[in-house]
Parts: sequence; structure tokens; C-alpha cells
Amino acid sequence: MGMGVKVRVWGDYALFSRPEMKVERCSYDVMTPSAARGILEAIFWHPGLKWVVDKIYVKKPIRFTSVRRNEVKSKILASNVLQVYNGAKKPLYISGRSDIVQRASLLLCDVEYVIEAHFEMTDRANATDNPGKFKDIVMRRLKRGECYHMPYFGCREFPAHFCLCEEEEIRTAYDGIEEKDLGYMLYDLDYSDPENLQPMFFRAVLKRGALDLKDCEVVR
Amino acid sequence: MKEAIKNRYEFVILFDVENGNPNGDPDAGNMPRIDPESGLGLVTDVCLKRKIRNYVETVKEGEKGFQIYIREDVPLNRSDRGACETLGIAETDDKKLTEELKKLKKSDPDVDLKLRNYMCEEFYDVRTFGAVMTTFVKAALNCGQVRGPVQLGFARSIDPIVSQEVTITRVAITTEKDAENKSTEMGRKNIVPYGLYRAEGYVSANLARKVTGFSGEDLELLWEAILNMFEIDHSAARGKMAVRELIVFRHSKELGDCPAYKLFDAVEVRRKDGVEYPRNYQDYSVCVHEENIPDSVEVKRMA
Repeated sequence: MGMGVKVRVWGDYALFSRPEMKVERCSYDVMTPSAARGILEAIFWHPGLKWVVDKIYVKKPIRFTSVRRNEVKSKILASNVLQVYNGAKKPLYISGRSDIVQRASLLLCDVEYVIEAHFEMTDRANATDNPGKFKDIVMRRLKRGECYHMPYFGCREFPAHFCLCEEEEIRTAYDGIEEKDLGYMLYDLDYSDPENLQPMFFRAVLKRGALDLKDCEVVR
Repeated sequence: MKEAIKNRYEFVILFDVENGNPNGDPDAGNMPRIDPESGLGLVTDVCLKRKIRNYVETVKEGEKGFQIYIREDVPLNRSDRGACETLGIAETDDKKLTEELKKLKKSDPDVDLKLRNYMCEEFYDVRTFGAVMTTFVKAALNCGQVRGPVQLGFARSIDPIVSQEVTITRVAITTEKDAENKSTEMGRKNIVPYGLYRAEGYVSANLARKVTGFSGEDLELLWEAILNMFEIDHSAARGKMAVRELIVFRHSKELGDCPAYKLFDAVEVRRKDGVEYPRNYQDYSVCVHEENIPDSVEVKRMA
């Protein structure tokens, strides 16, 4: 039992990192289902519901731009640090000089999508929860622009504005293109075993500007 | 922990640069960042966050609870070790610590949370912007990831900017060998004659309450830091930079009263009629269309 919603989201930039290019990040051509789920969860989430993304419409042409920034490297070996500083109480902070790297990101610019999704109830819902109630909350939040935190396109510096999609027939930037194959894309992560998260992939094909995710074949 | 904020906020920062380089692009030989398609100037989110961190660090100078996690000189893990010390583990050598932590992890399943809270309480920037602290992966224990309540986007200029290259000379020569056959060295600077930039940001009260405990006092400090972020950051490269205006929208509720884009759309920054080449702030008009803002949202203009 689920209830469907359509959410229009748009913003200046987006970065849906390809897992195979994590260092110099490079975005997928379109939003991944997991990023769409993240946007919906930023608007409303409750342990009693699970968002399922059904369709993603690409409303603006796919365009890229590149930005190179100073970033912090991920890890320093604690053992090396210990040899240098042993227990001395000094002010604590991150090392700028030895820890900064310049990395480029290939971003999407000027994006707009419509996310079509529904939610399913989980067994963690309270006795008083029901789909109708959740649906009301979601619709209210979409209409008023309320959110738990500002949703974003892949990274927090690329905010995603959102509103309820009221178009009957959704037009896309690729209406005239029957099929555009985008290759394998990340579908989402499987969190069922918290010790061992598994990525899931699917074959993304843009059909007339929309990514259909209903019963798509997921490869682990 | 002080009480977390109870209202959602959005804010718009307007800052300008005069004969300086607000944010160099490493991909373009340190020229000012430009969006190649529109010619508009860019300043990245991380650039602005750095300025905010520097301001807080300068003003609070090591005051308890207002330390800054990301500074210069000492590697990351030292901060995490501070978190460990509060749990009564002294660090002597690497191996011993690992065993101690393993024991601790078994006896106290909430240790991760304690470490995370310690980090949020001690470090202003962790409390504000969040941090990924998985660098401390010893014995499967880590301080976890913290999503901070404050979110900043890229800043973009109102009009296309022109990047000008200025060639300069210096009379001191670096090497002996060069000094024998020339008397000056050439260098270059890239400057923007004038640019007015606009950045937009968000403060989520929910994340403040549930995760980091970002308080009203922290928020006041954030506004102060934004207003003064360029005042303590003068340098040869940056020229004259100043925050001209900070417009803050305060919602009446934790979740907010209206979509953020409606508030941002209500802030209109325009080049005045007849101005062809903007060269100072007076060439622009800033107007907040109050009629498009719900009554429950409080607008505060700070300059």
C-alpha cells in the first residue's frame, strides 16, 4: 500500500558522483534514484515509511561545468601523528598545509527534474500511523515549502529548491528522443546488513526524457 | 549544551570586491573564478566557510566551546584524540590505545555518540557546518559523520565580471644566477575591477536540535562572522572586499513557513538604470519585496 507524489526540484548546480570517480568527482548525467530518495527524505521522513522512486523526468538539457577546489584529504595515519606529538596538550586542529589537496569536480549546471515517487509503510510505524496521515504531512510540507533540512543535489553546497508538481503532462528536454542509453548507474545502497553496505546498479535508459524505475532490473 | 535554535532561517549575503581577486581558480592560473557560459563570477562555498572559520578563530581565540577544527598545522587526529581523553583514556602508544578502545567499545556501546557530542560541544565549525570524522577508525570506533545545520551555496556575481591581468615588477631577484643578467622580475596579478556577489544560505533548526546543538548564541556569532568575514582577511591579492548587506529571513517555525526560493526571489539586486560599467556598490539597488514574503517570516537587514 503506497501513495504517490510528484515533486518538482531545480537548482543551479548538481553533483551526483559516479562511484568509479570519487577523487576527482564527476557527476552522472542525471539524478540517481538514491539522490532523489535523499531529497524526499530531507522534506519528510519517518521510520514508518520508505520512499520508492518510480520515475525521474529530466526537464532541462544535460550540461556540465568544472570547478576545482581546495579540499581536505580524507585520512591521516594516526600512528604517524602519534610519533610526532606524544600526549602533549596543545590546541587541536586539522592540518591545513599537509592535508589540503586540489580536486576538480565535474558538475551539472542548471538542472530541473520531476521526481515521481511513492512511499511504503514499514513495520517500524506507530499504531496510529497510516498512509493517509503520511500523505497529508507530505502534501502539506510540499505546499508550504517546509523541510527538515534544505534538500540538495548530491552535495550540500548545491541546494535543491522544491515544490509540488502540478503539471498534468510533464514535458522534458528530451521529448523528441525515443531512447538515450546512459549506461549503468547507481540505483541505491542496500543497507540491510549495516556491517556490509552493498551498492546496487541498474541500466539507465532515458525514454523520452524520463528514467523509468518501476520494476527495473537491479544488479548487485 | 545550550539550547538549540528553534526557527528555520534563510539568508542572503551581498559582498563586493574592488580591484582584487575574491577567489582564485586553480584551474585557470589563479584567475578569478568565472562561469564560462554566462561570464558571471563565482566564489565557492568552501571559500566563504574558510573566512567564517577564520573570523571565529580570531575573535574567540581558543575560548572553550569555540575552537575551530579545520585550521593549519596540526593533523586531524589530534582533535579526535582530545575526544578520547575525556573518556578517561590516556594515550601512550598506538597499540595500547587501540586495545583500550576495543574494550571501551564493548563495555560502552554509546561511546561513538559521546565522542560526537564532545566534538560538537568543543568545536564551533563542527557544530555549524558539520564534519566527517571517520578518520578515527581505530577498533571500528569513529566519531561519525555530523551534518551541520548551516548550508551555504556558491556565491555568484550579479553581472558578468571582467578579469584583468596586471603585470607587476619587483627589484629583488630570487637567485644569484638570475641577478647577474637581469635587474627586475616580472609577476602578474589578476583582479576584478568591481563585482557584487550574492550568496545564499540555509539554517536547519531540526539538525541543530537533533544533532549538533547549534544555539542562539552560535547563530548570533555566525551573523557577526559573516558581516565581518573580510574585515580581518585583507591581503595583497584580495583588494578591497566587504560584506555590504546580510539579509536574514527568520521563519516562525522549526520547519519553516514558506519555500526558500520565494524568499530569495523577493530579494532583487539590480544595476541602476544608466549604469553601464558598475564600479561601486552605489551602482546597484537592493530591494526586498516585502509583499511577496509571508507575514510570519521576519526579515532582518544587517549591514
